[in-house]
Amino acid sequence: MTPTVTRITADGIYKQFHVRRVLKGISFTVEKGQSVVITGPNGSGKSTLIKILSGLLRPSKGTVQYFNGNTPRQPTELLPAIGLVSPYLQLYPDLTAKEHLEFFGKMQGISQPFQKGLQLMTQFGLKGREADFMKTYSSGMLQRMKYVLALLHQPAVLFVDEPSANLDEEGKETVYALIREYKHDHIVILATNEPQEIQLGDIRVDVTAQ
Amino acid sequence: MWTLLRNSILIFRKDFRLEFRSRFALNAIGLFAVISLSAISFSIGALRVKPPILSALLWVVIFFSAMSGLAHIFVREEEQQTADTLRLLTQPVTVFLGKWLFNVILLLALEIVIVPLFVIFLDVSGINWGTFIPVIILGSVALSTISTIIAAIIAQTSNRGALFAVLTFPLAVPVLRSAIQGSWTALEGGGLTACISDLQILFSFSVVIFTASILLFDFIWRR
Repeated sequence: MTPTVTRITADGIYKQFHVRRVLKGISFTVEKGQSVVITGPNGSGKSTLIKILSGLLRPSKGTVQYFNGNTPRQPTELLPAIGLVSPYLQLYPDLTAKEHLEFFGKMQGISQPFQKGLQLMTQFGLKGREADFMKTYSSGMLQRMKYVLALLHQPAVLFVDEPSANLDEEGKETVYALIREYKHDHIVILATNEPQEIQLGDIRVDVTAQ
Repeated sequence: MWTLLRNSILIFRKDFRLEFRSRFALNAIGLFAVISLSAISFSIGALRVKPPILSALLWVVIFFSAMSGLAHIFVREEEQQTADTLRLLTQPVTVFLGKWLFNVILLLALEIVIVPLFVIFLDVSGINWGTFIPVIILGSVALSTISTIIAAIIAQTSNRGALFAVLTFPLAVPVLRSAIQGSWTALEGGGLTACISDLQILFSFSVVIFTASILLFDFIWRR
């Protein structure tokens, strides 16, 4: 059962790597049914902010809180509520798509993960490639597979770093349609600089403007 | 609790499947053990070596075999950039338990090969197996536990190969001392009561390192 998240609040997020300060006091609130788009030039800290929001990285200062109603919780307590698609999140080259679906699904407590994953694989144009190893997938197919795995447990919060990376036009349209649809009942947080993708966000957070 | 155990076993099965396909750790540990045992056998096989030396030689082979392959369990996740994928899937303690179980079983499985080769190559006789087997099992569990937590630390660094043995050795000293002492007793035909203190040290040390690892792993695993 995926935990419910109705609001995420980031309050004064700072991140410093040695002497280099990357994020300087990022604050925003997003409610269920909304999407956030994080923008900023290359190297400005978009991916760092996504990592902090999803609990992969600790902020140097500031807090990220997930709420279900008025009950606050830390992102690390809410792993089943999070789905993430990003270039730095890799799949296992020596496992097949079917093995990924079963591993991810069982870890998240999903019954019959392969059947559920198969539906998503069909949606993302990967039907018929279930038995193939990830090392035989092209970069575009890997990006599609990352969406399949991130959506397998229907997370309450979907993070997408560079939504259309390595995708062809058809893949981009599938992803854009998915994000538009998904944000109605969930929270979607994107990091991008593509004008077409910036329009998918209801709230814009510019990491350089803080 | 059930979810924790289930996910640990899933991680173990995933790592087992990956290892079975790449055979990196298996080949590294197995080849080191066979080559070093062969080299020892060529030089001193014809001599009647005394139990204290035999015991030390056995644990030198086991220790360096473990050093050649047990770090791979975490290093592979970092090198293939799948560590963040795993971080998002489950709690840190689950990851540690799954990886620890894999390293324990891998080392014990390889000792099923190493120990008979040691007995054959070095013409060992008069072993009290009832003492020898518990010493080998407890020594290996202790060594695997130390290796697993140190592997998690060094996987985050750039100079992995050199650091693994350097950081593991100080922690492994009490284990090696008791394991060598216990094996020595077993090779001389001594019973369990003769090396009970060594077995107690090996068991207690494993429990202490395992508990400390569980408590510390969250800080190591999350950046």
